[in-house]
Amino acid sequence: MTDEFAKHDALVPEAGPKSHAPHPAHALPMFDVDVAAARSALSEVPWEPGASKPDPILVADNVVRRFGGLTAVDVDHVEVQRGVITALIGPNGAGKTTLFNLLTNFDTPDTGSRLFNGQAIDKVPAHKIAGYGMVRTFQLTKALSKMTVIENMKLGATDQRGESLFASVLPVLWRKQENEIESRADELLVHFKMEHMRDQFAGTLSGGQRKLLEMARALMVEPEMVMLDEPMAGVNPALTQSLLGHVTGLRDRGMTVLFVEHDMDMVQEISDWVIVMAEGKIIAEGPPGSIGQNQAVVDAYLGSSHDSALDLGEGS
Amino acid sequence: MDYQAIIESLFRGLIGERFIVFALAAIGLNLHFGYTGLLNFGQAVFMAAGAYGLAMMVATVGPRLNENTGLNMSETTLFWVGVFTAVVVFPILFALVMGIPTLRLRADYLAIVTIAVAEIFRIVARSPRFDWLTGSSDGLTGFSGTFYDLSPFSTTGRYFFNLFTGNQFFLVLVGWTILAIGTTICWLLVRSPWGRVLKAIREDEDAARSLGKNAYSYKMQALILGGMFGAVGGMVRAVGFSVAQPDNFITDVTFFVWVALILGGAGKVFGPLVGAALLYAVLDSSDTVLRQLVENDYIPSSFMSGTQVGQVRFMIVGLGLVLLAAFRPQGIFGNKEEMALDDR
Repeated sequence: MTDEFAKHDALVPEAGPKSHAPHPAHALPMFDVDVAAARSALSEVPWEPGASKPDPILVADNVVRRFGGLTAVDVDHVEVQRGVITALIGPNGAGKTTLFNLLTNFDTPDTGSRLFNGQAIDKVPAHKIAGYGMVRTFQLTKALSKMTVIENMKLGATDQRGESLFASVLPVLWRKQENEIESRADELLVHFKMEHMRDQFAGTLSGGQRKLLEMARALMVEPEMVMLDEPMAGVNPALTQSLLGHVTGLRDRGMTVLFVEHDMDMVQEISDWVIVMAEGKIIAEGPPGSIGQNQAVVDAYLGSSHDSALDLGEGS
Repeated sequence: MDYQAIIESLFRGLIGERFIVFALAAIGLNLHFGYTGLLNFGQAVFMAAGAYGLAMMVATVGPRLNENTGLNMSETTLFWVGVFTAVVVFPILFALVMGIPTLRLRADYLAIVTIAVAEIFRIVARSPRFDWLTGSSDGLTGFSGTFYDLSPFSTTGRYFFNLFTGNQFFLVLVGWTILAIGTTICWLLVRSPWGRVLKAIREDEDAARSLGKNAYSYKMQALILGGMFGAVGGMVRAVGFSVAQPDNFITDVTFFVWVALILGGAGKVFGPLVGAALLYAVLDSSDTVLRQLVENDYIPSSFMSGTQVGQVRFMIVGLGLVLLAAFRPQGIFGNKEEMALDDR
């Protein structure tokens, strides 16, 4: 155990959410998005569910997903603004992860349509979504345990010639591209301060390091939009600040971030816009400061009346 | 005690025909299970596909084709068409039949379907209804002539320390060559980005998908390719014994392939070779040793008779497997630390 903490400590020096800036990394994708303008444009957006944004990158309409009799997600309309960090919050069972799966085509909605960058993605299989410039991470981190950290990273690169069966037996066809991918992966590892773990099996990493690896690996895709499902879950507090710094770093390079999170402190600290779900529906939207006072949100988290809360107490 | 016979049986097991057959099949299974995580419990059907692909083309389908179409292919032509059918056409066909319905589902569905398809094929091949096509339970013979005509070795001489006859030695030499090529291809594949995607799918399919890899397509490619290795193994077996018989491809055969793979270490390029060599060295030599012990009354006949030797040697292999599972679960080539990562 002490060993694991030592590994964490090695990652801590980067503490402070904005401290990513001193590390210039060419490997990190950079998009030509005026982040400041995108953020300030949000001030014009009304604080209401389904509000339309000035420059949405992702739009979903009438998305419904039922599991038997249970309607897990029923979203009339939602837009995600380009170039900002949007948080998706809500109590347990609100349908956040299900919506996430629907937006990334890992699950198929019963009805509804989704547009990414103006293109309909309803019929696009999940594995092609990365090619559109949208990449996701998972609530239960999916580090590929029996592959080394650098192999994990290299996997993320898209359009690899050596990934075709026939080319794979002729290294001369893909060696050059492989070297480029490897150097990009190494730069990203340096940026995420994981270069000393390069040749370790990903299975030996701690929970927080796996989250970092998953995020770094996602960046190998060079996505325009990064979808993070509970990036802070199970992460040691010492590593939280560093992870937060990386998330804001993505935005400052013009990437759009949508993340699901339970930790309200994190939501307050880094998000530019918050979408609140409860019982499958979007019940509120607004800047992080506005959410705490929203009556619908308070009701969703705490129950709509004290009576029902008391009833629950007596019933059990 | 006839020590020479013991040593001969040991070496035949280590490098002989059955080693080649099972090593090839295990290379295929290694691509399936060791690298892609596919649970294929029907490797025997790919081996049968190889055996029957060749045998049927030369012995039953080919002559009928000649009769009905006037193509007049010679036996040599039929042999090479048969080899193509055995190594390319049949494995692709079987892999598609088994993979299309199951590869989108959880891993266990493929396991169920492969074991079922293997048995269905064997039972259909056995049925008198298809006697004209598969020779039913007697199987097919008379298809390996073209192969042995190519042999430069005398049919009456003994080769390689008197271990093999001329024909056997030719088969073994060709088999070793195929094994060397196959292992090299496998080695190139798993070190390439293609192999990296396979490993990623083994570790977590959804993660691979989120990074833009078409898991379904890669699993199908692995199933086909591994099946082709199995088919080459089955074909070598059919040519080696000059017969393709349904009961040569019972479920046990699949599990011998699994034993060879696990002994050697799944997910390692040389695992299947070492595993198959060791398995047949133990099986063949223990057979000879036990027989000699019984014949020379070192083992009393009240304890074990000569006819029981065949079963007892499997007990020995079983005991060896139990010990392996207890003390070296990763196999001979496996990496224990890598294996331990599963538990985290």
